[in-house]
Amino acid sequence: MQLDSKIPEGPLSEKWKKYKSTVPLVAPNNKRRIEVIVVGTGLAGASAAATLGELGYKVKAFTFHDSPRRAHSIAAQGGINAAKNYQNDGDSVYRLFYDTIKGGDYRAREANVYRLAEVSTQIIDQCVAQGVPFAREYGGLLENMSFGGVQVSRTFYAKGQTGQQLLIGAYQALSRQISTGAVKMYNRHEMMDLVVVDGKARGIIARNLLTGELERHSAHCVLLATGGYGNVFYLSTNAMGSNVSAAWRATRRGALMANPCFTQIHPTCIPQSGDYQSKLTLMSESLRNDGRVWVPKNLEDAKAIREGKKTALDIKEEDRDYYLERRYPAFGNLVPRDVASRAAKVECDKGLGVSPTGLAVFLDFSSAIERYGKAEANTQGLTNASPEEIKAMGTKVVEDKYGNLFEMYEKIAGENPYIYPMKIYPAVHYTMGGLWVDYNLETNIPGLFALGEANFSDHGANRLGASALMQGLADGYFVAPYTIGQFLANEIRTGEINTQSAAFEEAEKQTKSRIDRLMNVKGNQSVESFHRRLGKIMWDLCGMSRNAEGLKEGRRLIRELREEFYKDVFVPGNADDFNPELEKAYRVADFLELGELMMIDAYERNESCGGHFREEYQTPEGEAQRDDENYTYVAAWKWDDNEPQLTKEPLVFENVKLIQRSYK
Amino acid sequence: MSDMKLTVKVWRQKNAKTPGKFETYKVNANEHMSFLEMMDVLNEQLVHDKKEPVAFEHDCREGICGACSMVIDGQPHGPLQATTTCQLHMRHFKDGDTITVEPFRAKAFPVVKDLVVDRSAFDRIIQSGGYISVNTGQAVDGNSIPVEKDVAVKAFDAATCIGCGACVAACPNGSAMLFTSAKISHLGLLPQGEIEHKHRTLKMVAQMDKEGFGYCTNIGACSAECPKEISLENIARMNRSFINASLTTDK
Ligand SMILES: Cc1cc2nc3c(=O)[nH]c(=O)nc-3n(C[C@H](O)[C@H](O)[C@H](O)COP(=O)(O)OP(=O)(O)OC[C@H]3O[C@@H](n4cnc5c(N)ncnc54)[C@H](O)[C@@H]3O)c2cc1C
Ligand code: SF4
Ligand code: FES
Repeated sequence: MQLDSKIPEGPLSEKWKKYKSTVPLVAPNNKRRIEVIVVGTGLAGASAAATLGELGYKVKAFTFHDSPRRAHSIAAQGGINAAKNYQNDGDSVYRLFYDTIKGGDYRAREANVYRLAEVSTQIIDQCVAQGVPFAREYGGLLENMSFGGVQVSRTFYAKGQTGQQLLIGAYQALSRQISTGAVKMYNRHEMMDLVVVDGKARGIIARNLLTGELERHSAHCVLLATGGYGNVFYLSTNAMGSNVSAAWRATRRGALMANPCFTQIHPTCIPQSGDYQSKLTLMSESLRNDGRVWVPKNLEDAKAIREGKKTALDIKEEDRDYYLERRYPAFGNLVPRDVASRAAKVECDKGLGVSPTGLAVFLDFSSAIERYGKAEANTQGLTNASPEEIKAMGTKVVEDKYGNLFEMYEKIAGENPYIYPMKIYPAVHYTMGGLWVDYNLETNIPGLFALGEANFSDHGANRLGASALMQGLADGYFVAPYTIGQFLANEIRTGEINTQSAAFEEAEKQTKSRIDRLMNVKGNQSVESFHRRLGKIMWDLCGMSRNAEGLKEGRRLIRELREEFYKDVFVPGNADDFNPELEKAYRVADFLELGELMMIDAYERNESCGGHFREEYQTPEGEAQRDDENYTYVAAWKWDDNEPQLTKEPLVFENVKLIQRSYK
Repeated sequence: MSDMKLTVKVWRQKNAKTPGKFETYKVNANEHMSFLEMMDVLNEQLVHDKKEPVAFEHDCREGICGACSMVIDGQPHGPLQATTTCQLHMRHFKDGDTITVEPFRAKAFPVVKDLVVDRSAFDRIIQSGGYISVNTGQAVDGNSIPVEKDVAVKAFDAATCIGCGACVAACPNGSAMLFTSAKISHLGLLPQGEIEHKHRTLKMVAQMDKEGFGYCTNIGACSAECPKEISLENIARMNRSFINASLTTDK
């Protein structure tokens, strides 16, 4: 198979402008006759559905949630990037583009990333106009901060609840279109299969989660904005319901899955505390702006802390190892996520971990509290403030900035982070891999588009902080509404798509038999227990570091687990009823296939890049060692139960030079 | 890690048409678990015994999506202030405790199953006017209209509502005033949203009534139980603008 990325001709900075002015358009009177299905109402889906509704298309939007506002995007904390250069610190579209390409370890497409950087500025304008209450300075203008992997302040934020505020903005825009009838909203409806008619995506089979009924929905094209698949690891920072099924069902229908093994492990999460644990909680990367990461220098101190005989406060300054500042003086605590996560693992592997499980490092705010306290004292003209007063003032500043995150930490960990440093450890957070798409965000199935975290397009092998929200909204508000035009312009004479065709018939039948199969196993083990076991295999063998041996073994273990699943899973209740256990079951069934593909993809990529760290390929200092000669490509996989097939899309870099990523 | 033996009385109800009742279960938990993880343990036990697990809503498990919705020992989201069900940890309970768990009850929130209720009325209130009418691509530069920091903070505070419905469940009248007024304040305080403010207020209040939410009699239970501490000030602000709008609008 040949993959055509359909990148427009011309210089990088002109491509999108030119594309926009030449892409075929659908006239307003025709739009009314064209139907579009949007699956997912997170940032990407809600923004797309709202915009398409405004443009005059007939939109049907689907979410398995009870309301569009509950999508996983709501939980994003830290912020959203945009090349506004409001801070006058040298930011530009090119710099955001460059940082993203470099941060992704040169495994993303130049043209897509440049477009992302270009539209980023419009996103902020749009959100402000919708009433998103971003943080502001005293002068009333928008405030920014810096995030990992970059040296400018380009991140816009709303306390630690940026995702919530952006999603509410998109949800409101969507609600407005629902009220006019431009968008028909299907809550509590889960896409179970993609329907392909004569080679084009023409609809979906959806399950009404309240009644269990299977429904056929047709349209002229289908947009998947169904999020990432980090939950294949069971424990992750993703919401409990996040799953791969929509994308996976598309893969089963012939769409290609790109770079599935590129997973982001986020360095600052609250460590696991027990086997019953259901998910992990992120502590926003923004905290690394002010928090310093360290472990004790001595093994004895670390041991004493683990056993509860000492606390962080007992360790003298000279006995602490601020290992990120030591190893990466230029970026210090603000190195990108993949680098910070691996560094934490290295320290814990040495036996320097500080939680009972040995899997935690400190994130310490005492220096920031002192620094802010002194600045505050200065501003208030208090020349002889006592250390306590300074601390109190500094604490107040930190509270204003991160109050809700500190509160969340205390609720979960049961310890006051203003006094004791936080204990953190890396956790699965984001998946860079996803459905393969071209410049139009169209998959290799004509008429099937993928937006947001569900596609693979912009972050290469590692995503920079605050760039997922940017990408989701870029795709939904500003890219897909244009790019679907090149497909739909040829559909104005198609007429309504009939749901009685053989393709719909067959897809519905297959969905029903998949469900029946699960209900009829009537075994003895819960879905949850299988999911947990899958997660452990994935984390141990396809997690923060990987090797060929382990990946081969992982593939075998997952196969075995899948067999056992279909022999011994127990799904209570009925299929024609509201049945959350059944929902979990069909999602886990798909994870069991995806997990295998991730092992294969990681095995095949004989290099280390970004979040993909193969132990065999590292520099003498333990940094990721890329192999640009042989692996500068996107690995796009066609699923096959016996032997998935790989198609390579070579990545061509015309504007940046590939260098060893250095943050030293 | 100290273990706790608990007795949990859970409301079980097949659907809106079938009457429900309490069932009593024994659960072994520990103090590090979240309340929902304790419920997971119970469900794992039920599945093991080939019984149907308790249906409850949850997703983010970090207090932001607004999905979780349990009345625990008579209080929506349980005993801890400013805390959602998913953020409540078992260290706030004692070994040997009996805990009662019920759904959010209100006329406008019919039961779906067990602890799951239908809160789509909230969506319809937002659809009736809880937005700023701006199409994609029409916006001016983000910094062209400065917003006073204090105003932005107030708008933000109102905008942190997670749409959980605890306010409704807490209110003896089943009123949605806190939820609705939070949205009206969020948008109305900002210069971008001020233009539609009156009209928005009238439409949203009308929809709220239509959905069958009760009237506000100034009890204040809503704000006391709100996990995001949405302030009663918002209700006062909404009432003022409602009266004002009713008197002045000619639409
Ligand atoms: C804790 C946390 C914090 C984060 N913080 C940041 C941050 O500060 N900055 C940043 O840039 N990024 C952040 N991210 C990443 C970012 O939040 C996500 O990548 C992004 O929100 C994904 O948006 P989305 O629209 O693609 O998908 P989602 O928000 O995941 O939405 C998926 C939608 O698809 C629907 N869906 C899925 N499958 C189906 C199906 N089969 N049928 C019907 N509907 C379906 C769901 O109901 C949902 O509506 C964070 C992520 C996490 C986990
Ligand atoms: S006002 Fe508070 S209690 Fe009511 S829905 Fe919003 S967050 Fe929940
Ligand atoms: S599960 Fe999201 S708020 Fe509780």
